[in-house]
Amino acid sequence: VTTTTYREAIRSALREALRSDPRVFLMGEDVGRYGGAFAVSRGLLEEFGPERVRDTPLSESTFVGAGIGAALGGMRPIVEVMTINFSLLALDQIVNHAAAIRHMSGGQLSVPLVVRMATGGGRGLAAQHSHSLENWYAHIPGIKVLAPAIVTDAHGMLLAALQDPDPVFLFEHATLYPMEGDLDAEAPLDIRHAAVRREGTGVTLVTYGGSLGKALAAAERLAADGVSAEVVDLRVLRPLDTATVLASVAKTHRAVVIDEAWRTGSLAAEVSAQIMEGAFYELDRPVARVCSAEVPMPYARHLEEAALPAVDTIVATARGMLGGDG
Amino acid sequence: MDRDHAHLLLGEMLRIRRFEEKAAELYSLGKIRGFLHLYIGEEAVAVGAMQALRPEDAIVSTYREHGHALARGIPAGVLLAELFGKASGCSRGHGGSMHFFDASRRFYGGYAIVAGGLPIATGLALAEKMQGRPGVVACFFGDGAVDEGEFSESLNLAALWKLPVAFVCENNLYAMGTALDRHQAQTDIRLKAEHHGMPAQAVDGMDVLAVEDAMRATVEAVRREGTPRFLEARTYRFRAHSMADPELYRTKEEVERWKERDPIATLAARLREQGLLTDAELAAAAAAAEAEITEAVAFAEAGPWEPVEDLTKDVATP
Repeated sequence: VTTTTYREAIRSALREALRSDPRVFLMGEDVGRYGGAFAVSRGLLEEFGPERVRDTPLSESTFVGAGIGAALGGMRPIVEVMTINFSLLALDQIVNHAAAIRHMSGGQLSVPLVVRMATGGGRGLAAQHSHSLENWYAHIPGIKVLAPAIVTDAHGMLLAALQDPDPVFLFEHATLYPMEGDLDAEAPLDIRHAAVRREGTGVTLVTYGGSLGKALAAAERLAADGVSAEVVDLRVLRPLDTATVLASVAKTHRAVVIDEAWRTGSLAAEVSAQIMEGAFYELDRPVARVCSAEVPMPYARHLEEAALPAVDTIVATARGMLGGDG
Repeated sequence: MDRDHAHLLLGEMLRIRRFEEKAAELYSLGKIRGFLHLYIGEEAVAVGAMQALRPEDAIVSTYREHGHALARGIPAGVLLAELFGKASGCSRGHGGSMHFFDASRRFYGGYAIVAGGLPIATGLALAEKMQGRPGVVACFFGDGAVDEGEFSESLNLAALWKLPVAFVCENNLYAMGTALDRHQAQTDIRLKAEHHGMPAQAVDGMDVLAVEDAMRATVEAVRREGTPRFLEARTYRFRAHSMADPELYRTKEEVERWKERDPIATLAARLREQGLLTDAELAAAAAAAEAEITEAVAFAEAGPWEPVEDLTKDVATP
């Protein structure tokens, strides 16, 4: 176990994959000479050359589609899309093609494609670089959707994605890139299960990606008040590991879902529905959600902070569930 | 002209024509559901183009891909079974008319998002190049695809990265019901390809021999240079866009004028003129196509249905 950053953990997984499998290559906007918009791939062009670290034109739909074609042709492409908002330009290739080809071909073809992109707000980038649309991807059968929230997962989930025979999408919350943490390079590769990041008995905080830190900070503050919060990191947004969530709720009888996406039609809504279907009689209180305000992300700091889920709100919401026995 | 080869081309066009006529009939009988986009009138393009391709080459097509699939050698029965929605179909009944696949013949699909196949063809060519394989990717699409961003993006990427793609535009003059000069400011499609830095050629898509020659030159250049080429085949569909189309956007006179250039009739007439085809041989070729399609219908009828228990089986790879 070493200490490193989330960014370096991804880079080290990319390097390992490029070294160990000649079929692997990386392509995307500015992944080569520039070193990646978030500096994730810095140094890889020098190490692996322009055949395997490919700068693409600004053609999201076509370089994602080319990733599909290359995967069909026997390669293991890793496509970096600069941000989730830009990925909307490639939705046709993702939804109508990558996700459908396995089924549509009667099971003849698989698409072992890995797509990575930055997601989320908090950086003053306003309404076209800051959204959390992971839920749109999690809606789609035929793909897997991952949201690594810790350094070890940033590394291991990428390597696991490359072993998967079907399209896998990794959403990297952009505020996490400089985050330092332990990298356990020997941890078993797992893209099936949620993880309990903090054990507790009084309330379950369910979250993923960039909101994990906020949930853990909220749990810390709740603990100071004598409230024991359990924190579940979903990790895998599709297929959801409902069992881990339900097991936690069966223990705590209260759940708050924290999701940086807009509330309406959110992944938080899906988790809430799963809890209602699977653990209704375990609940002492209705499931609560802490999501982003329903507004295109504003630029000004105070407005953006007001729009995003905040530790204060999570703490207040959890506290509000704890009065009496229900 | 090689007599046997000319007969082969004629026979291939006849079997596509008969397949499509039968499909239309079965659609009317309710045996086929959904959309059905017929290739009647355009047979010379698929048949001529396919002559230039080898087994190691890959094909990406559109929702009007019955002709390409037949010309590539996917058995008619398997294709008709797909139209019936049978598990014995080429896509197990998951795809239907618009989504024929055959991995064993490197037929990477009919795609029904206009221009959606171009990026995939470009990526397949990238895989050929990166693995040092000799395959060329033939990518078929219509004039409507030229409107889409992916057209420009894919031509650019293939040219920029020097990828072995033969882009084949089947210009049948209509994007569904919108005439070419009503959806493109520049109607000379070939120029658009040249603008992206690749050699481009236009060919009479009603003349199977001309298409074959042009496609051979195109594919040989792609194979030799490892860079993309563009071929525009100027053709026409005799039938409606799909079975649901009342054809309000073009005149009967226009359709009749194009039918005078029927690729099957014109080839047959030319061969007869040159003494390379007798009436008896033509009748025999038509009968062979008829027999093949009759057998294909029987195969499709006899095929099993996918069990409903397997509804979601192929969503993910086991």
